[in-house]
Amino acid sequence: MSVLEIKNLHVNVETDQGTREILRGVDLVINEGEIHAIMGPNGSGKSTLAYTIAGHPKYTVVEGEILLDGENVLEMSVDERARAGLFLAMQYPVEIPGVTVTNFLRTAKTAIDGEAPSVRHWVKDVRTAMGNLKMDSAFAERNVNEGFSGGEKKRNEILQLELLKPKFAVLDETDSGLDVDALKIVSEGVNRAKENTGLGILLITHYTRILRYIKPDFVHVFVAGKIAEQGGPELADRLEDEGYDRYQVAETASAE
Amino acid sequence: MTVATQSTAMPTAGQHGLVAHSDGPVVPVQTRSERFRSVEVADFAPVTGREHEWKLSPVAAFADLTSGELDGARLGLETSGAEGVAVEWIARDDARIGTAGTPEERASANAWTNFGEALLVRVTGEDDKIATVTRTGLGATPRAAHTVIEAAPNSRGLVVLGGTGSARLSENVEVIVGEGANLTVVSVQEWDDDAVHLASHFARIGRDAKLKHIVVSLGGKVVRVNPSTHLAEQGGDVEALGLYFSDAGQHLEQQVYVHHDAPNTRSRVTYKGALQGEGARSVWIGDVLIGNAAVGTDSYEQNRNLVLSDGTRADSIPNLEIETGDIAGAGHASATGRFDDEQLFYLMARGITEEEARRLVVRGFLTEIVQQIGVAELEERLTAALEAELQGA
Repeated sequence: MSVLEIKNLHVNVETDQGTREILRGVDLVINEGEIHAIMGPNGSGKSTLAYTIAGHPKYTVVEGEILLDGENVLEMSVDERARAGLFLAMQYPVEIPGVTVTNFLRTAKTAIDGEAPSVRHWVKDVRTAMGNLKMDSAFAERNVNEGFSGGEKKRNEILQLELLKPKFAVLDETDSGLDVDALKIVSEGVNRAKENTGLGILLITHYTRILRYIKPDFVHVFVAGKIAEQGGPELADRLEDEGYDRYQVAETASAE
Repeated sequence: MTVATQSTAMPTAGQHGLVAHSDGPVVPVQTRSERFRSVEVADFAPVTGREHEWKLSPVAAFADLTSGELDGARLGLETSGAEGVAVEWIARDDARIGTAGTPEERASANAWTNFGEALLVRVTGEDDKIATVTRTGLGATPRAAHTVIEAAPNSRGLVVLGGTGSARLSENVEVIVGEGANLTVVSVQEWDDDAVHLASHFARIGRDAKLKHIVVSLGGKVVRVNPSTHLAEQGGDVEALGLYFSDAGQHLEQQVYVHHDAPNTRSRVTYKGALQGEGARSVWIGDVLIGNAAVGTDSYEQNRNLVLSDGTRADSIPNLEIETGDIAGAGHASATGRFDDEQLFYLMARGITEEEARRLVVRGFLTEIVQQIGVAELEERLTAALEAELQGA
């Protein structure tokens, strides 16, 4: 049984105005097969948590730990974290000139598995996964994210999630900018991945909308760089009714 | 990283308020086809580096080639022939010499003035065939060379003109493509790190003939290969491709000129380059002139650069002059993009190592050109050479 543990995590970021403290002691335990929603107002540090888990060099961990099945994630490089089973679906996936989706997927799969996938199965797997996400087959020959619409970029992230089969996925505002059809397709993809692989999910979102399609086991409200409140799915319903207003006092001290 | 792009026709003499250019006292010539040309080095003023054809080049690095005495003896060659491709030395007064073009700058004229004999590569017969001529062991002596590649009417063939080892070479290459012929010329510069190579290629395309011309520059301190193509007769077609990888301290330059001078001619110019390391430098100037006679012209030129690190500079200057309104199409594009830290993060976040990520991006970017070469063994060797460049080998 896999587990991702975040203990007393403090994270700074360097800005032109000097060092800013963004995460101020985050504690979180995600077991495989669990869905944790992290909700919070803009600037509360949600994306910082996502990028820190993935190892983006912009963020400096000043205190605390991240452990994947007891292994120290913070000592791993970005690619080592991915190979260990962590996945970040990005809010703003970048364009990679000159690299086709096909080539990228095969290279990533080979890197994650440590060996090239068998050609016959792989081609079929990719085709099936693209079909499930209603992606046109012409997609495969386009350069990664180049000229993709917002919805296409998010689908491409979930395509990778389904094919690379990580242990834990962080979905950073995957719902933002999606119309309802795209939101359903993307959510189905996430649910399918969980069904197929027992994936543990950290679902970061500003809105409750996606929680109609991806049902969280736990909801954490993130304010000013730490968890202000946590509970079950009912907490999301309450946020939908009340918004983040009652946490607003704390938010004045928030960063990002 | 600095990117310079401009896209202008040359000013005309009657242009209102025309004054001396900031580059110097010389007012640019009206059109590319009216540029001064001569086979005599003495007809050109000494090179200062301010001339429009030299202003982006490190002229001090090769003063010996623009103004010194050049050794015009036969070059050391390694050839692998094919049936239907003859390789031989011909005298200076051979009637073919000078039929494809005339020097437009001093290094080219210096080579023309000083070469002894010319190397003739003559392609005949309608079967596909491949011949390779590699110049090697040229050493530190400043040298002049002249090569004529001639494709007989209706012939087909592919000629690889290579360079390895040390060199200080200024040369002219004439490419004469006979009526209905289909010729591919691949110029591959894999010189040692200290080499300087200045080349002007002049191609004349006959009626309904096709030339695919590919410049691959990887090795050498300063490599400048300037291919000009004269689409002199109707139905002529040129596909001019280029591929370069400039690393620290390297200057790779190409000034590409296509002159549409007859009806229904077609040109496609595609040059792609990668730059990596402090002082890595590339220059691409693409001039296309669609002359008055060239009705029905179909033309497109583009240059793409991929910047892999700080401290590099890519100049990319497309120029398009059109003298007739009755054309099928003419366009140009230039783009210089960088492989940045966010791209690297994205790829690494999918388990791909940093080294592999760079390889993936560069290979993806340049493969389009490599695949056009059409010689499997050479394509494999160049792919390997590109990967070695990436690893700083």
